[in-house]
Amino acid sequence: MNFDHSILSIITFIPLAGAVLLALLPDRGKLIPGVALVVTLVTFLATLHLPAHFNYSAPAGSFQFAVDVPWVASPAIHYHLGVDGLSMWLIVLSGLLAPLGVLISWNSIAERKKLFYTLFLLQQVAMMGIFVSLDLFVYYAFWELSLVPMTILIATFGRTENRRRAAIKYFLYAFIPSAVLLVGILWLYVTTGTFDVVQLTGLAAAHGISPNTAALWLVSLSFLGAFAVKVPVFPLHGWLVDAISEAPTAAVMVLVGKLGLYSILRFSFGIFPDQSREIAPLLIALGAIGIVYGALLALVQKDMKKLAAFGTLGHVSVVVLGIFTFTIAGIDGGIYQTINEGLGGAALFMLLGLLYERYGTYDLREFGGLAQQLPWVVTFFVITTLSVVGLPMLNGFVGEFLVFSGAMQSGVTHHVGFTVLATTGVILTAAYMLTMVQKIFYGSLGLKPRTVPPRDLDAREHLLLWPVAVLMLAMGLASPYWMRAIDTVGAAIADDIPSSPATPAVYMVPGSNFPQHAYQDGGQK
Amino acid sequence: MMPTSYLWLLPLLPFAGFLLNGTLGRKLPRTLVTAIALLFTAVPAALVAWLWAGMKAAGAPESISVVGSRWIAITGFHVDFAFSVDHLTLIMLAVVTGVGFLIHLYSAGYMAHEEGYWRFFAYLNLFMFFMTVLVLADSFLLLFVGWEGVGLASYLLIGFYFRKDSAANAGKKAFIVNRIGDFGFLLAMFLLVQHFGSLTFSHVFSAIAANPDWHGGVLTAIALLLVVGAAGKSAQIPLYVWLPDAMEGPTPVSALIHAATMVTAGIYMVARCHTLFDRSPYALGVVAIIGAATAIFAASIGMVQHDIKRVLAYSTVSQLGYMFLACGVGAYTAGVFHLMTHAFFKALLFLGAGSVIHALSGEQDMRKMGGLRTRIPVTFWTMTMGVVAIAGIPPLAGFFSKDEILYQAFISPNPLGKLLWLVGVVTAGMTSFYMFRLWFKTFFGESRFDEHAAAGHGHDDHASHGHGGVHESPAIMTGPLAILALLSIVGGFVGVPAVLGGHNEIEHFLAPVFSSGAEAATTAGSTGLEAGLAVVSVLVALLGLGVAYSFYYRKPGTAASLASKAPALYSLVLEKYRIDELYNAVLITPLLMLTRIVLGALVDTGLVNGFGALSGGTVRSFSFLSRRMQSGNLRSYAGWLALGAAAVLVFMVFGRFWAH
Repeated sequence: MNFDHSILSIITFIPLAGAVLLALLPDRGKLIPGVALVVTLVTFLATLHLPAHFNYSAPAGSFQFAVDVPWVASPAIHYHLGVDGLSMWLIVLSGLLAPLGVLISWNSIAERKKLFYTLFLLQQVAMMGIFVSLDLFVYYAFWELSLVPMTILIATFGRTENRRRAAIKYFLYAFIPSAVLLVGILWLYVTTGTFDVVQLTGLAAAHGISPNTAALWLVSLSFLGAFAVKVPVFPLHGWLVDAISEAPTAAVMVLVGKLGLYSILRFSFGIFPDQSREIAPLLIALGAIGIVYGALLALVQKDMKKLAAFGTLGHVSVVVLGIFTFTIAGIDGGIYQTINEGLGGAALFMLLGLLYERYGTYDLREFGGLAQQLPWVVTFFVITTLSVVGLPMLNGFVGEFLVFSGAMQSGVTHHVGFTVLATTGVILTAAYMLTMVQKIFYGSLGLKPRTVPPRDLDAREHLLLWPVAVLMLAMGLASPYWMRAIDTVGAAIADDIPSSPATPAVYMVPGSNFPQHAYQDGGQK
Repeated sequence: MMPTSYLWLLPLLPFAGFLLNGTLGRKLPRTLVTAIALLFTAVPAALVAWLWAGMKAAGAPESISVVGSRWIAITGFHVDFAFSVDHLTLIMLAVVTGVGFLIHLYSAGYMAHEEGYWRFFAYLNLFMFFMTVLVLADSFLLLFVGWEGVGLASYLLIGFYFRKDSAANAGKKAFIVNRIGDFGFLLAMFLLVQHFGSLTFSHVFSAIAANPDWHGGVLTAIALLLVVGAAGKSAQIPLYVWLPDAMEGPTPVSALIHAATMVTAGIYMVARCHTLFDRSPYALGVVAIIGAATAIFAASIGMVQHDIKRVLAYSTVSQLGYMFLACGVGAYTAGVFHLMTHAFFKALLFLGAGSVIHALSGEQDMRKMGGLRTRIPVTFWTMTMGVVAIAGIPPLAGFFSKDEILYQAFISPNPLGKLLWLVGVVTAGMTSFYMFRLWFKTFFGESRFDEHAAAGHGHDDHASHGHGGVHESPAIMTGPLAILALLSIVGGFVGVPAVLGGHNEIEHFLAPVFSSGAEAATTAGSTGLEAGLAVVSVLVALLGLGVAYSFYYRKPGTAASLASKAPALYSLVLEKYRIDELYNAVLITPLLMLTRIVLGALVDTGLVNGFGALSGGTVRSFSFLSRRMQSGNLRSYAGWLALGAAAVLVFMVFGRFWAH
């Protein structure tokens, strides 16, 4: 039997069916989380169909596993789904994180389980929908849907009294730009008569969307604005720290990064290629600043979750920097780093969650000396730390190296300055991550570890952390396995004619007679 | 032609050892842990010996390489897992696996009573893995893998006694300071990718070699950025501050990582990139000046320290400075030669110091030592060889290698050549002084050790240690000492210059690597000059010995009275010129302050969140919405969505009109 045309619908709607099922089931014992686990596992297995049957030699711009059925005649809405190298691994990543999210919540969510897991599965539907939709209308429906469960999750399951404020803040930050996005989408429809992303991208490439450049600019900003808030791009991260700090671990794991970053790559770059390139210098600057800004603020936090939240800002900023260089290295690295951020963030927040379950606090000052008591926790924590700080042979390095290298190759004004600024992130990230490791695990026993009996990882927790750790290593050692799909997209988007005006004599010491371009392609694939 | 695929075994065996001991070690008996750790380092050492023999045979290729799987591949750029071995690599491999194995052996005795024995050996094997990758790598990026990896191993081992705050701090400091260096290394690689499109050594270097008109410019930028990296790893000014603190780690770690191998990676890297550096006299000059400055600066601190390991640590920084100086004047062979001899005698000195500390149940303060000559004779005699070797007294190893560096500096075309030589010679005198100071204070005079107070304490401030009283170390520790002492005696004979009747074999051995080097330009010397300079070096070394003798043996107390004549200067040097304090006051504290006040309070709370709290009002005005949300009522959301959808449809209908 050939699943190729239905697989995307299956992936998207299994969680929906699961959500409905959960709503009907009685909230008894571990029944609800159990069913949620099965549903998410089945979804995950279904997502593995994609890499197994992906055609790596398909030309760039073609979508696989596609289904395109007219849904509403007027306005012309199609049920158009498809996957390419950009979305495939993000779908698999989301598929993987869902069962992990269920498992991490297994004990920590003890009340209103039904509400929690139903919302969690709905969130899953929204994410999958966003990644597979190729019709702007359908996409927008999923995009809006992604707001609602998350807001309720934060408002209901937040850990302090601040949860409602955090939820409202998150909602408003996401909702208002999304409303503007809707106007942009409708303008596109009115102008071109289609919601179809493939058609729109084709039109855009031929400069055929509208001669009205002013309008195009405004609409491109409506897209970019909505996505940038969701990422979040510095300084639009006002919602981030509160939301992360309140949200339960499972929600945090899917909160940041990939939806917004994917949308920028697919829709902003696809439909507004010229505008995106024009605004790139600004976003490169914001990316570079965001890296340093996030890392610096992470360095002074006392609360582990806030520390990780600012760290997250730094990591998504790496991706922002990378993709807006419009170089192959930058975009490939950026997409890779999006996956890395998903994995690394998940691992980090899971580990912090496990510590919170044990010690009831995220306050760094109350920890210390746990390495002796919790050898497995410290092992996974250090591996995650090394991945986050970009140690070679783990996944983070591959993405980060390509992004920064892309930034150096980009011809943007002051690209050297931005590359240098961004690269200082490798120092600062090491500083705050190692400080956190030290404060939790080294030195003499802290306040909490003295009063709470030690409990190292149990079987469930091992199950949570092993897959992520193994993936970090595998993605660090054998990156081409993941990169080849990504690279088809990156190479298609990027304009890597080596056009960077690298005039060495300008910024280097005098006496240069180095050629303007010594670019020799040593990298034939 | 030898098979090359076994090259993979060189790093992979220690890695297997790391995995075995790292995962199972906790449950294994100590003898098995030891056996695993030793076996997985002994075999690579044997393989290197075999490799050496194969490559020295007549007609053997000058370099061999092996390519594995692809590591990173995007359109237009890729990096493979690939190794290559030339004569420079061979020397490094021999030092790393040979000295590495000896130190593993020694550690089996030294660490025998430590808690976390398995962890120690797992990390040590991990270090060997990364270090062999570093020297085998055939590209900048793979070298960087080893580079960062040894930094990780160093971090883990410095912080081995992680319950001690000072150890945990030292480990973190080492990692972060090294990261500052890596920052430069990374930027250099970005420039290389930009301008060469590849990070493979052969590609980059042959491109440079093929274009003799490329000078300075980007090449200088790349070289200087690489120097930043090298200064971090090899503990040069201004990034040397982590190395003295790294002495918090167990002493065999200091010997292996922070003396013999890892810290020489910066010198190896510069030598490996000599093609690049040769095109940038400016960068070479910077290397030479940094090296000379570091050499004399660290030596001056080493002259007054009381902790035996700290003296050796500053001595290491100083000796690395010599190697930097050598590279900076284009005398790469001399630099590598000194790297090798230094690995022998400094590993010996650290292990000897470890044996002393072991004997004194953890005492590291030389003010509490003395008179150990007869109590621990094997340690005494072997360490004496190390002291004489590093002091530069012929015919031991240190004399030949150091003298070669000084001579090359003297005759180099660098306009500062004579000054560099002078700094080097003065440093040589200081070196001789502080080493004999250590020797006299530790092994001669009255015993100042309080055996009763210290009995039963473990070394390295850790774990108690069954046997009290001053005692010689077991054979598993003295054996490596003896071998290293032998190497410190004879190691220099491979580089005896013609003027002294030798053949300078190491120069011929490395000639294929450095053939295109700047050494060709330094032919301004003469045999008479070389011999004359050698005499000067010897005299200076003897002077250092004489001063140490009179200060610490004949008239102890001279040093103290001298120090009391200039208390401010003395305490400044004793407190290491307060450079750490300076960095804290000038860099770290302001950075954190600015972050807290400007970024944290003003920007993030004020601007970014102010944005959202344009909001304060907005939030309240949306209170209707929020009340709905708190209900957690799904139906209300369905309602909202329906409302939204309706709005969309209305919009579309009117939109049509609007468009026309």
